[in-house]
Amino acid sequence: MAKLRSPADLEKKREQIVSKRDPSKPCITICSGTGCHALGSDKLHEAIVTEISKNGLRRKVDVRRTGCHGFCERGPVVVIFPDETCYLGMKPADASEVISKTFVEKQLVERLLYKDGSGASVALEGEIPFYKHQTRTVFGNNRLIDPKSIDDYLAVGGYSALAKALLQMSPEQVLEQVKRANLRGRGGGGFPAGVKWETTRNAPGDTKYVIVNADEGDPGAFMDRSLLEGNPHVVLEGLIIGAYAIGSHEGFVYVRQEYPLAVSNLTAALGQARDYGLLGKNILGSGFDFDVTIHRGAGAFVSGESSALMTAIEGMVGEPRPKYVRTAVSGIWERPSNLNNVETWANVPLIINRGADWFTGVGTAGSKGTKIFALVGKVNNTGLVEVPMGMSLRDIIYKIGGGIRSGRRFKAVQTGGPSGGCLPESLLDLHVDFDELTGAGSMMGSGGMIVMDEDTCMVDIARYFTNFLADESCGKCIPCRAGIEQMLEVLERICAGKGEKGDIDLLEEISDVVRDASLCALGQTAPNPVMSTIRYFRDEYVAHIEQKRCPARVCKALVSYFIDPVKCSACGICLRNCPADAISGGKNLVHIIDQQKCIKCNTCFEICPTRFSAVLRISGEPVPAAPPLGTEVARKKGKQE
Amino acid sequence: MTIDGKEVEAEEGKTILEAARSAGIHIPTFCYHEKLTPYGACRFCTVEISKKGKSRLVTSCVYNVEDGLVVQTNSPKVIKIRKMLLEFMLASAPVLAEVAKQYGVEKSRFKSEVTQCILCGLCARYCAEVKGANAITFVGRGVKRRVAFVDEVVSSGVCMDCRQCFGVCPTGKIPRETDGASFEGITVQDVLSRMNRK
Repeated sequence: MAKLRSPADLEKKREQIVSKRDPSKPCITICSGTGCHALGSDKLHEAIVTEISKNGLRRKVDVRRTGCHGFCERGPVVVIFPDETCYLGMKPADASEVISKTFVEKQLVERLLYKDGSGASVALEGEIPFYKHQTRTVFGNNRLIDPKSIDDYLAVGGYSALAKALLQMSPEQVLEQVKRANLRGRGGGGFPAGVKWETTRNAPGDTKYVIVNADEGDPGAFMDRSLLEGNPHVVLEGLIIGAYAIGSHEGFVYVRQEYPLAVSNLTAALGQARDYGLLGKNILGSGFDFDVTIHRGAGAFVSGESSALMTAIEGMVGEPRPKYVRTAVSGIWERPSNLNNVETWANVPLIINRGADWFTGVGTAGSKGTKIFALVGKVNNTGLVEVPMGMSLRDIIYKIGGGIRSGRRFKAVQTGGPSGGCLPESLLDLHVDFDELTGAGSMMGSGGMIVMDEDTCMVDIARYFTNFLADESCGKCIPCRAGIEQMLEVLERICAGKGEKGDIDLLEEISDVVRDASLCALGQTAPNPVMSTIRYFRDEYVAHIEQKRCPARVCKALVSYFIDPVKCSACGICLRNCPADAISGGKNLVHIIDQQKCIKCNTCFEICPTRFSAVLRISGEPVPAAPPLGTEVARKKGKQE
Repeated sequence: MTIDGKEVEAEEGKTILEAARSAGIHIPTFCYHEKLTPYGACRFCTVEISKKGKSRLVTSCVYNVEDGLVVQTNSPKVIKIRKMLLEFMLASAPVLAEVAKQYGVEKSRFKSEVTQCILCGLCARYCAEVKGANAITFVGRGVKRRVAFVDEVVSSGVCMDCRQCFGVCPTGKIPRETDGASFEGITVQDVLSRMNRK
């Protein structure tokens, strides 16, 4: 491949690629993101290719393995172009039927289509409610391109923003666009990217670095992963443009080793970009030189913090630095270093191509553009969603997420990962943007959104996140290391039914010091899960401490199981499945749980047929006396069936 | 600038802690040492600063002096932080009980594994920065973080004649345990006896 030496070369190349592609030619795209991969998209791909050959369609139908489509829960996701018919949960065994129905009989395969609430089929991907209410400007190309093919990226207009920036704009003009767009960092703090770029640009020193932060580590969050895996070139293009604006010739991508597909797709992308002359010396004949090194993270959450990340790139243990000088001024090897996260960089080519005015046309007063969220937890449709800033939590959870699973009631949504907080039902109409979330005691973070239903204990959730932080604190400074340890101790005590009066005050007291005295953002925000749950769900803490009651009946130490003798029909299912042999009973005899033997595994509760619902979970009150052994059931087996 | 109401002049590039000390104002520290790069880990030197009417808590060992800065080394917020830090430290290092009393902390409400180490890192950093020996390091992360001797370095004999880390350890753990018992999971005694055999 000859290097592209000018924007004209790039356009010629693009025309070449596009001219060979017929948009009306059918193309089967198979999502090959991590979620669909785990659900067997590899085998599905093989099966589809085999079926296409069998039907003599090899010249008539293209097959493409694409990046993540976002609807991970219903994968593997298959979309057939040009109609954009979407099949969900397709298995290799379905391939034969799908190919023959689509291309021979020209019919749909009903059973693989999305079914809406009324049971009606939705054939087109864009019509599925999960997608219909999204605005997929950053994430949208994932479904169109093979992440391992730079030609696919060029076919959708890739690197045109780079050409425009390098040859039609001065670095100052690029910087001005990004500043005017008010692009705020998508990684956590929401700091204006343009202002940060300018700081690094103006900082003294000839050698400057630009870095992609792909150390995504919040529980339940995978938007940066899917973007980097599914469209590595858009991140790279943004990075090169940023480097040009800042005056940097060397970049890093700090990516978790635990993201193997992201590492391999990115490595491939860098190689292709070098081959095409989009990285290296004199990019597109502009005179601008730039190249990128991949640094694989060794698995420390704290390394997502800017100074810790830079220390890690230097080859040392990823621990934050105590200095009051910004990494934008003194970062890697004490040189000005501009760090932005994956999604922030991916927004840059869009801003350059479509302009700051287009970008600021979307979003709220203080938060512009779109944001990708990992919508997970107890919602019907889980996956990655991209929405304009300012959409309400209610719309995201109900319109896109399809509401709460199994008809349960919404209780809380956790945003912003371990540094964020839990928001209650009364805030469902909150318009999601940086400032609104922070104002409510949570934060945007990198975009994790965990939905919880009424069966979630909020003290237990605070304990979960605090436990995560106790594992991930680097241990360098005392307030974070010891403060989180002690908060966890108190939370565990409360969940174990040993909470004492004054524990809530103690948690607040520790939280204040951890927030005010910790060295880095990990510690400073570590109390948020505790503080936000105390703020909005104080009654649950009180119930645990004063009544020894877990309102959601989650905390094992505070829950007992009891079989209602009136409802029990002696089916024997719980007895056979109890792992502790704690249930006694027999034919036509009421089953009884031995409270001493019960390990509270919840098995009997889950397994008791809903038509009986005889197993009760009790918290905060004494277990009723069981009938004497040998009591006959009221409803005899067989009679009611 | 002003520290605790006293006018203080300091060279640019100096930290608040250095400026205070040279003006005879005491800011307590655990992880600070004049010969070492400030580490900012114990947070005990936290002070309250205000500029342009906004107040903020900063660690004085790394915060550089600024013109017109107003510093309070004993504000209620600072005292609250110090007391809590002492309670944290006491839980793992009861040996600090006397020091804690000086700040009005009689006992700690917390429990932790007693290691008699507050992980200030003075030993490791002194060994690396002043001696250049790198015989001591941290192992583990978070609550599992511990100080450990590096076997290969210790057994080369460098520690035998030095023992300067004994003097910098604020809890006395290093001299006490390297001459007697062993560190948690780290067989310093074995290492030392191996040294003695040499």
